[in-house]
Amino acid sequence: MRVVALCGMGFGTSLMLKMFIGEILEAHGVKAEVHAWDLGSFKGQDADIVVAPTDMKKHLEGYQGRVVLIGNLTDRQEIEEKLLPVVREFLDAQP
Amino acid sequence: MERLARCLTGRVALDVEARDWEEAVRLAGEVLEKAGDIEPAYTEAMIRTVREIGPYIVVTPGVALPHARPENGVLRAAIGLVRLARPVSFGNEVNDPVDLVFPFGTPDRDQHIEVLAALSRLLSDPRRVAALRRAATEEDILAVLRGAPLAPAGS
Repeated sequence: MRVVALCGMGFGTSLMLKMFIGEILEAHGVKAEVHAWDLGSFKGQDADIVVAPTDMKKHLEGYQGRVVLIGNLTDRQEIEEKLLPVVREFLDAQP
Repeated sequence: MERLARCLTGRVALDVEARDWEEAVRLAGEVLEKAGDIEPAYTEAMIRTVREIGPYIVVTPGVALPHARPENGVLRAAIGLVRLARPVSFGNEVNDPVDLVFPFGTPDRDQHIEVLAALSRLLSDPRRVAALRRAATEEDILAVLRGAPLAPAGS
């Protein structure tokens, strides 16, 4: 499974998200690659789940994949509560 | 947090007046300019980023992390803190208004990671963020970062 933390430039916000996502998935025993990408290089390919700041939702309009939007990017609980159900749904959908 | 405290030393401005988010980011950039960490062009790039991509840099209630790209004028990895006298709105639907502004810059993809991780942990602890809002001096701010015992609530 590949999880992509998305932000405007790939130097700050997405790295913070990536850190929390990695910790949460590890704590729940979920094996995943977690990447931090910027909008410019994100074309939607190869991401099983995209995690982005709520404020960036307009940049994801039309994107068909699984998206998790986070309001408070340093709230581990919010990230966990929103991300885990989507992770489970993705894993359940695998053959 | 020791490294974060060391990086912020001499780059803290408390209770600064700003009319709007743009002035807040400009003042935050000036703190790093004065320290010799960035060129003035980087400050303008931080403002441009918010205008073009949006106020997603307001990462948690009341806290903004303006930044731009290494090629926009970073001289060395750096982070600062400007605490505003009055919070300003960045237009972020979840985390406005903002009173703590941490501008940062990095010359490449790696040099800032450790400090950014320390900042993320700090910001995930509401008691420490509240202590940053109460701190009277730069020394008090640095003490919070170094893990000084927090005053009991209400004191």
